[in-house]
Amino acid sequence: MTTFLTIVVVLPLAALFWESTKEGADGFWDAVSSPAAVAALKLTIGTSLVVSLVNAVFGTITAWVLVRDDFPGKTMMNAVIDLPFALPTIVAGLTLLALYGPRSPIGVNVAYTRTAIVLALMFVTLPFVVRTVQPVLQELDREMEEAAKSLGASELGTFVRVILPNILPGILSGVTLAFAKAVGEFGSLVIITGNLPFKTEVSSVYIFGRIESGDTAAAAAVAVVLLVLSFGLLLCIGVIRHVATRHERA
Amino acid sequence: MPRLGLRSVAILYLTAILVAPLGLVFYRTFEHGFAPAWEALTTPETLHAFKLTLIITLIAVPVNTVFGVICALAIVRQRFPGKGVLNAFIDLPLALSPVVVGLALFLLYGRTGWFGGWFEQHDIQVLFALPSMILATIFVSLPFVAREVVPTLREIGDEQEQAARTLGANNWQTFWRITLPSIRWAVIYGVILTTARSLGEYGAVAVVSGRLQGQTETATLRVQERYESFDVAGAYAVSLVLALLAVGVLLAMTLVRPKEETA
Amino acid sequence: MSIQVRNVSKRFNDFVALDDVSLDVEGGALTALLGPSGSGKSTLLRIIAGLESPDAGEVYISGTDATEVKPQKRNVGFVFQHYAAFKHMTVRENVAFGLKVRKQPKAEIRERVSELLRLVQLEGFGDRYPAQLSGGQRQRMALARALAPQPDVLLLDEPFGALDARVRAELRAWLRRLHEEVHVTTIFVTHDQAEAMDVASQIAVMNAGHIEQVGAPTDLYDEPETEFVMRFVGDANRIGAHWVRPHDLDVSHDARDGGVEAIVDRISHLGFDARVDLTAADGEPVSIQITRERLEQIELEHGQIVWLVPLRRRAFDPEALLAVD
Repeated sequence: MTTFLTIVVVLPLAALFWESTKEGADGFWDAVSSPAAVAALKLTIGTSLVVSLVNAVFGTITAWVLVRDDFPGKTMMNAVIDLPFALPTIVAGLTLLALYGPRSPIGVNVAYTRTAIVLALMFVTLPFVVRTVQPVLQELDREMEEAAKSLGASELGTFVRVILPNILPGILSGVTLAFAKAVGEFGSLVIITGNLPFKTEVSSVYIFGRIESGDTAAAAAVAVVLLVLSFGLLLCIGVIRHVATRHERA
Repeated sequence: MPRLGLRSVAILYLTAILVAPLGLVFYRTFEHGFAPAWEALTTPETLHAFKLTLIITLIAVPVNTVFGVICALAIVRQRFPGKGVLNAFIDLPLALSPVVVGLALFLLYGRTGWFGGWFEQHDIQVLFALPSMILATIFVSLPFVAREVVPTLREIGDEQEQAARTLGANNWQTFWRITLPSIRWAVIYGVILTTARSLGEYGAVAVVSGRLQGQTETATLRVQERYESFDVAGAYAVSLVLALLAVGVLLAMTLVRPKEETA
Repeated sequence: MSIQVRNVSKRFNDFVALDDVSLDVEGGALTALLGPSGSGKSTLLRIIAGLESPDAGEVYISGTDATEVKPQKRNVGFVFQHYAAFKHMTVRENVAFGLKVRKQPKAEIRERVSELLRLVQLEGFGDRYPAQLSGGQRQRMALARALAPQPDVLLLDEPFGALDARVRAELRAWLRRLHEEVHVTTIFVTHDQAEAMDVASQIAVMNAGHIEQVGAPTDLYDEPETEFVMRFVGDANRIGAHWVRPHDLDVSHDARDGGVEAIVDRISHLGFDARVDLTAADGEPVSIQITRERLEQIELEHGQIVWLVPLRRRAFDPEALLAVD
């Protein structure tokens, strides 16, 4: 089984790192510092961060409504949230294009813009924060909230001082997953963004372009940088999470 | 909490991002009637694309299921050096961009790749052919079964299995009669997720397949191809089928999730 | 700070938790709400705290109608059975919470917290997290936390229920001492009659959503007004239509007027006392308590037929209240 894992997981990664250095350090640097590559990287990391943060807020609200509220259609709402898990990314791109593209019935056309990127990324990362916060909210000791109220805390005060610190680890888990997905997202962006270099070309599309042009070394180099950067950011989130849960390990 | 306000925010959020776009695709597909949609779906290339998607899925899912269960058992029940690494590696496909996955496979199995030479000698085509597409799909849908089964296995504990052994059951019997039934819903849920991922894979397969119409085009690749050929109706039609499959997956998930959670 | 509950009713779907309940609690008193599960005692406590609202009736705190007032504004301290500790905060931060929320100056908060930690004997634990404390310590922290903002009323919901017997007994004595020192109107809920009798100066016995009787522990024991109270507060034997306490039954070998025949099943020596289990002529099990001396005097044996004579007994009229003998 370790052999299976090696063949399937480790080797591909190793090949990637190897290829990226094929043209030497200069080649690596040239590939990575090319203006288009840098622009793509900035765009990718930037939009992914924005989307992850937006999801942190809306995802938490959605999880709150699902756990604390009750209304007709709630079960359906709960099921709909998993749609991005189930739907192929390319189809997701097309569906967003239908509503927010050139033939939009509501007159909103954001095709070939950066807004389209944010929209598509929000679609594919929507479930992550919701699904990580839901179980944590569910398990939360309601009596803690009652205690806070009996001690004089307002509704908002209770949320900020008591509830939020306890669901923060869940939120951060979701943000981690959302960010990782957003940074690598490809299929949903291919149609709706038009992949315009310097404008709406994200790193995954840039890498794809390099592969199609036969410049696999450059593609590998940029891929490696993307991997390292996102790994670094994920590590940061991990540290925050570690600090936020220190009371559990005390 | 301003209850109604929050509820509206959540509903609006979901509608704008998920529900409305999907509903529109339904509409657009049949906008010009049923016939054009049907025609678009039944061209030989499209049918071949669906067939390819099916074949790939039918191979990737069982492979990953077996692998996932074995991995989960190893992680939860055994001690061995590098266990933490194994755990982290299982999550790796989730963190990697599909394009990067495709690139890596390209580098390994391409003609100039690490293994490319060996395969060429034996006249086996991996890249731009089915084998690489299967490998890519296996990679990206690797984690799901394992991730679902691990927590369930942990919660259940191994007392039942110990009891079975004291009663004389051998390893296989214990696994088949005791372990497997106790994790069955987690496995099923994992299989559903794996299937959805395999059906929907785009990026990695786009890189390794060469996207040759009628030969190495999956359904998802077909959507892109139709759109680029300005056959928007065709693109919508294929998307609709995939979306319907997705809704089916959603239904399955909704039905199985409560069983999986209480198991 | 006195409390008056007037005609409070509360139901949860089909279940009637409280049915037209009224109660008066004196300022500064230590009162127990005693009753079995489902009697409504916790619900009543939570309604007094403002954590639930009644379907009907009013709650007055120090003469003012507090029925519509939110728990934040009632200035009541609440202690939960499972502590409800803020697990993401240290002990010190937990205790300081009520003061921080009232935006008191930091120096004052620090002083008050130290004072309280001393009071509950948790000095030195200030920087620990609740996860590092034992159950008893957590409950003491919860008490300090509830007392910090100087509430008018202190409410405790089965505060010792989650603790083991020895810790329970310690904390019971400790709560009594605390009340003597701090003198806050205190109401606590329990299903343990020994605990209520031990700690409270006034007990309200509850059953199935209403109050059966309110009084001092001895009053409830000696003069129960209903059958339920007689049986719940202390042991009682049924002899015919009457109820008799185990120590109010005398034993004799000779037939006596007003006595019942019974056969001796078992004699248990409990140190100073002895308990004798018998079966009465009508098949009812009876348990009596007599002193060792008396036991030696009569010379009882297993299987003997003896006469039981009630020295004091009570009968209850199911319609009205009672008759006394």
